[in-house]
Amino acid sequence: MSTVPEELRYSKEHEWVRLEGDTATIGITHFAQDQLGDVVFVELPGPGSTIRQFASLGVVESVKAASDVYAPVSGEVVERNVKVMESPELVNNAPYEDGWLVKVRLADKSELNKLLTPADYRAHIGETAPNGSD
Amino acid sequence: MTTTAAALLRTPLYDEHVALGAKMVPFAGWEMPIQYPDGIVAEHRAVRSAAGMFDLSHMGEVYLRGPAAGRAADRLVSSDIAGLQVGQARYGLLCNERGTIVDDVIVYLLEPETYLIVVNASNVSTDLAHVRKHLPSDVDLEDASMDTALIAVQGPRAPVILASVTDLEVREATIEDLAPFGVAAARVGGARAHVARTGYTGEDGFEVFVPWERAVGPWSRLLAAGAASGLTPAGLGARDTLRLESRYSLYGNEIDETTDPIEAGLGWTCHLEKDFIGRDAIAAAKERGPSRRIVGLVVEGGVARHGHEVVHDGTAVGQVTSGTFGPTIAKNIALAYVPVALSKVGTELAVRIRDRDVPARVVRTPFYKASAAARVRPSPERTELA
Repeated sequence: MSTVPEELRYSKEHEWVRLEGDTATIGITHFAQDQLGDVVFVELPGPGSTIRQFASLGVVESVKAASDVYAPVSGEVVERNVKVMESPELVNNAPYEDGWLVKVRLADKSELNKLLTPADYRAHIGETAPNGSD
Repeated sequence: MTTTAAALLRTPLYDEHVALGAKMVPFAGWEMPIQYPDGIVAEHRAVRSAAGMFDLSHMGEVYLRGPAAGRAADRLVSSDIAGLQVGQARYGLLCNERGTIVDDVIVYLLEPETYLIVVNASNVSTDLAHVRKHLPSDVDLEDASMDTALIAVQGPRAPVILASVTDLEVREATIEDLAPFGVAAARVGGARAHVARTGYTGEDGFEVFVPWERAVGPWSRLLAAGAASGLTPAGLGARDTLRLESRYSLYGNEIDETTDPIEAGLGWTCHLEKDFIGRDAIAAAKERGPSRRIVGLVVEGGVARHGHEVVHDGTAVGQVTSGTFGPTIAKNIALAYVPVALSKVGTELAVRIRDRDVPARVVRTPFYKASAAARVRPSPERTELA
């Protein structure tokens, strides 16, 4: 698993977005889960809720503290990851796969332009080059 | 990281933590490991199932010496210090005249007329001022906090691991012979040390006091000796989840200068038959009965944290003092002050987490209890053998 996969877009607050059609899947990055430590609780908005770009969409709690998750894009929540609510450690173990948080119907594709490319995000977290597996 | 690391103190084991990949955070003026790469939950589980090793060198060590030291310590500390034999330790409180809590401490009688008081890192200067204010002039006081490193080895495998690198000064005795709350002079990993069967995790275990400049040797030898037994370095994060599952108070959370021992559930540490600072106020508080009391909560649907309000029928009635996910019991747990009328086991309350009232139930504490055979804890039922 790459720590900053090439096919995603990123926020400065360490969320990622994967776009498929007009559905955006959202999660937190490998870097974020590593900083948080063991995730033990996840609070997510239900289907039908509206989230706004760069506003808090939910909360991830580690053993140590609670952290807001900020929406990297605006849209209507179509699905939240029930598995991750039951097994929050998925955020640590597979942040880009089974540890995703919500899927939203994207309101405005141009919002993606306000996000970071993998190269920008790597620079943001101080990683110099694309990382292999870890 | 935007911390002002330059202003922080470092223990003699700082380089060891960094080499082990620890995350270092500011704590009570020190730069301390909060966790190592395996993480808090893994470290917590290692202590419950095998063993963990903690650097507690930030804690304060104060010596009282001289023919009058015993009487002075007995007057300063709430518990029965006069009843200590050489080689025994006891948990107790430093209180002020108002009967509220200045600090919680462990007092060790190392040799005749030599008392070691171990205090919280955040309270060293407060405690020293308090002790000096009340100390007779014929008692010698030494603040050895910056000369004494402290390494804790905790967990069911701790005796085996420690025994492999320790020689007690008493010939033919082994650390297995050390009673709970016993303390003995020893050599650990080649360094002159005092080994005590005390701790803050709810497991059997030891605390090893070594000279500051000799700390790396015992730490490294213990880590190597324990590798086969599953010994892992453990940080302040696991220390907090372990103590909370075991319902041990943390100064600044459950207890401080606004709380009295009775409401804090520490009345058992107060030997009211003797004279000690705060005794009369505490006796009166006991007579009156507390208006609030610390309870254990299991929270369903969120993690309670220090400062969250406890709610009953929509009204705030109390405050969470500590809260976390308890890795061993796999529940979100908390300690909180609530009115005595709402403190009965089974009472349904709520904790206000981010403006939402999350159900919480009063449960019996400790949340977790190690098997009686393998337990060292500051509790009323402890036994102390010479």
